[in-house]
Amino acid sequence: MSGQLVVAQDLPWPPSVNDFYPPAVAGPWVTKFTLMVWLAVGLVIVFYMTAYRNPKLVPSKGQWLAESVYGLVRDNIAREQMGNAGIRFAPYFTVLFSFILVTNIFSIVPGLQISPNAHIAFPIVLSAISYVLYLAVGVRKHGLLKYLKMSLILPGVPWPMHFLLIPIEFLQNFVVRPVTLALRLFANMFAGHLLLLVFTVGGFVMLSADNLFVQVTSVFSFAMAIVMAFFEALVAVLQAYVFVTLSANYVGTSLAEEH
Amino acid sequence: MYLAAEGHNPILPIWQELVVGTIAFALLVFVLLKFVMPRMETMYQARVDAIEGGLKRAEAAQAEANQLLEQYRAQLAEVRTEAARIRDDARADAEGIRQDILAKAREESDRIIAAGKEQLVAERTTIVRELRTEVGTLAVDLASKIVGESLADEARRAGTVDRFLDGLESAGAR
Repeated sequence: MSGQLVVAQDLPWPPSVNDFYPPAVAGPWVTKFTLMVWLAVGLVIVFYMTAYRNPKLVPSKGQWLAESVYGLVRDNIAREQMGNAGIRFAPYFTVLFSFILVTNIFSIVPGLQISPNAHIAFPIVLSAISYVLYLAVGVRKHGLLKYLKMSLILPGVPWPMHFLLIPIEFLQNFVVRPVTLALRLFANMFAGHLLLLVFTVGGFVMLSADNLFVQVTSVFSFAMAIVMAFFEALVAVLQAYVFVTLSANYVGTSLAEEH
Repeated sequence: MYLAAEGHNPILPIWQELVVGTIAFALLVFVLLKFVMPRMETMYQARVDAIEGGLKRAEAAQAEANQLLEQYRAQLAEVRTEAARIRDDARADAEGIRQDILAKAREESDRIIAAGKEQLVAERTTIVRELRTEVGTLAVDLASKIVGESLADEARRAGTVDRFLDGLESAGAR
């Protein structure tokens, strides 16, 4: 491998964490990643605004698409996870879903090729909002003490077990949930980008080798990169769905009457 | 920090990105929740109403149709019963009328027969009376011719004739 590296001097091989931190466009506030986030925000706003500029009972194509996303989040996520009381959260979760979906899809859009969610800052923001949301919903519905009691104390357990269970439940509900929410999205997008880098850049590295056999073999690397791009598209949609479903599930447990 | 590309830890967030992410996402949420999503939910409800309302209307129409059908069936049954009743009545009436007519006809025929009989009796009586007179005269004439003598005595003559006739009558009745 190191022999090939010498030939492909200007290729970033092997892919490293540094590939995720391209040089800033203009200072730390204007980077590829922040620009992509603004782009995503703009795209989502423009899409919904044009699709819903003039809504009709019999929808146009754009309106139908927008309503399909809303219907998916409303019926398959919000109502499924939180019951009928959860429908009032459907608008927020629709926005969340759309935003994550668009930013995730950026990972296979030519020219962008990476999702903003491959930087953990953005998943942290989204996960923090979900965290605050489900805590606030729980406290508002049950009151602080009752919500804490509900979250920490499992009913029908012998009391000495609580010495063990309360720390576990605390960790589970107040630490692990938001952290895994952010990490899952980040790690998927990070790993996806790394995979694409490995197969694409690897293909170029093999192509520029001085060995004919290695050059021919690069075809498999490019083919794999294409397969991985499709896989990445699947992961992008799936992770958006998972993030929103889990957030809705957490809000649902806050809304629930019993543990 | 953006220049700290060398050995950047991917688990540590870049704080500028946290700020940008928060602001950008907040803007997105604000705009969509304010301008789009309420109309989306309204439209969703309107569509559900339109569909379910249509179903409900169809159900109501169906129920009404069923009710009407039941009503018509009931009316039809009623009418049939009524018709049957009328037919029965008519049959009964016809029977009654027939009986009446028969009775009247029988009565009439009885009456006619009775009248005929009466007339016969009366005519017979008349004829008998006339014959009696005539036979008497004839007999007297005959007797006068045969005997050749005039029976001047009224009383004797009457007695003779009457006796003769009584004898005839009792012989005829036997």
